[in-house]
Amino acid sequence: MEEYRLELRNVSKSFGEVKALENINFHLGRNEIVGLLGDNGAGKSTLIKIITGYHQPTSGEIYFNGKKVEHLTVPKARELGVETVYQERALAEQQTLWRNIFLGRELTNAMGFMDIQRMRDETYRLMNQSMGFTSSAVSPDSRVGKFSGGEKQGVAIVRALFFDAEIIILDEPTMGLSLKETAKLVNFVKDIKAAGKSAIFIDHNILHVYNVADRVVVIDRGRVAGEFLTKNIGLTELMDKMVKVAETGSLD
Amino acid sequence: MKSQTDEITPQISQQHYKVPFSLRRFARANSAQLGILGVFFTLWIIFIAAAPKTFLSPQIYNAFMSSIPFFAMLAIPLTIVVIAGEMDLSFPSIMAMGMVAFYFTYNWTAFIGNATIQVGLAILAALATGTLVGWINGAIIVRFGIPSLVVTIGTQFLWRGAVLVLTQGGNFTLEFIKKTFFYPLLVGKIGGYFPMQMVWLIVITILGWLLLNRHRFGAHIYLIGDNVNSAELMGVNTGRTRIQAFMLVGLISAFAGVVASFYVAYFWPSLGDGYLLSTLASVFLGGTSVFGGTGTILGTFLGAFIIGAIEAATVAVGLTGFWTQLIYGFIIVLSVIMHTYLRKRGD
Repeated sequence: MEEYRLELRNVSKSFGEVKALENINFHLGRNEIVGLLGDNGAGKSTLIKIITGYHQPTSGEIYFNGKKVEHLTVPKARELGVETVYQERALAEQQTLWRNIFLGRELTNAMGFMDIQRMRDETYRLMNQSMGFTSSAVSPDSRVGKFSGGEKQGVAIVRALFFDAEIIILDEPTMGLSLKETAKLVNFVKDIKAAGKSAIFIDHNILHVYNVADRVVVIDRGRVAGEFLTKNIGLTELMDKMVKVAETGSLD
Repeated sequence: MKSQTDEITPQISQQHYKVPFSLRRFARANSAQLGILGVFFTLWIIFIAAAPKTFLSPQIYNAFMSSIPFFAMLAIPLTIVVIAGEMDLSFPSIMAMGMVAFYFTYNWTAFIGNATIQVGLAILAALATGTLVGWINGAIIVRFGIPSLVVTIGTQFLWRGAVLVLTQGGNFTLEFIKKTFFYPLLVGKIGGYFPMQMVWLIVITILGWLLLNRHRFGAHIYLIGDNVNSAELMGVNTGRTRIQAFMLVGLISAFAGVVASFYVAYFWPSLGDGYLLSTLASVFLGGTSVFGGTGTILGTFLGAFIIGAIEAATVAVGLTGFWTQLIYGFIIVLSVIMHTYLRKRGD
């Protein structure tokens, strides 16, 4: 059997009385892009936060590369190569660009003192090579709050890529982006595929997901309602099914 | 914790990020510090012009350096807490609480019969007590998720109450410290002029600056104050970092309590009362935002000296003491408006 990059078995998560996820079985293959679709409150974010180690599942098992991982935390998930591009709200707006790039994983010596010059140098290189910032107004010392929506998203993406991620999670990455910026983002997801990495792509917009994903997983009311290979299903058919799920909770 | 250094070495680029120095960029990046520096020198010039006899003589600066460090020390860790978006109102009580631990330890160790060892142990006990009290403050705030302003209003009464109960409201002399080398070490005068408490303030300021600007701890403090949600998603242990910030306030408060008590060689159970507002004013005058995420140690340092100088200046200029608070209020309000304006248009 092929070894999955990531697999969740019978994962459930409750917040007090509320069951956010029930017996989720989910996997992500090597070099696969999976689109996660579902209405607001379906449990997409909870699922993502379990994969990134932010929430611990109430029950169920998590496997990375076929190996079971206990007590997944955010630093542990990062060590395993999980990086997340959150919506732009995940930036510290009053801080400089370099601080945001290295947020939570500053380059330090054994004493915890930071190598600021190195972080600035790396930020400068990333800015020019990966983010495509050409404006002379932007420097590693610029405050992120002044950036446009697309520039902020660029920061979030580069932040994920710099640390050599194997699994990249994009949580509603097109929210608040212009058409042009969205097209750029879709290309970026295609680049992830070309680079041989895996990704989970979450979006309200079925069209974006359909265009880049190899497989689509539909979540509804904390359960996996169904999954489709995008090559086997047409866009209109998928949209019809989504509406049906939202209304009845079942695909057929 | 493992350092990230090895992983990224292969990616290190040859190009160094260097920008030609630009006065405008420098001014924008440091607008808050330059703003308070401007206020500082403007006031100084006004003081010199209005009372040249006082402000051109060394005695007044000696007086400032003797009295200002007591609350300026407190303002340094408080700045860190405020940058993290938190507040601590309990530090005056922690000052007294530390001294209670000092006095009890000194008495309990009487069997040693060596004042220097006893005072050394007593100082350590005071610092440990302050740190512990700070930990309790932080733990309540983080574990129960109660706003720090509310918690420390409570613990401020709690620890002051503990001091009063433990000492039965009594005050006592600390004459015995004068025989030990801790006395000149903490509150002596270098060359008969330069007060040691000023030296300690400078040491605490430099350490505070290093911690805030050059250490991972400080980076996390700024992130927590700016966007706690993001800090958590990015794996920052926000609870532990905030508790550490409160422990820092506890530690320095206890130290300031020791220094202030040594200065007069006397303990009053009301130790620390009266420092609350000057310390808070120093932090906000220095440009630290009450909303968190921005603030500087240098700003606080200058803010403390402005606050400390106003009272003396008011009298020296020839106004009665009644004017002091009016001028305080005027300068604080104007400075806070200036900082808000600078933050809005700054880079």
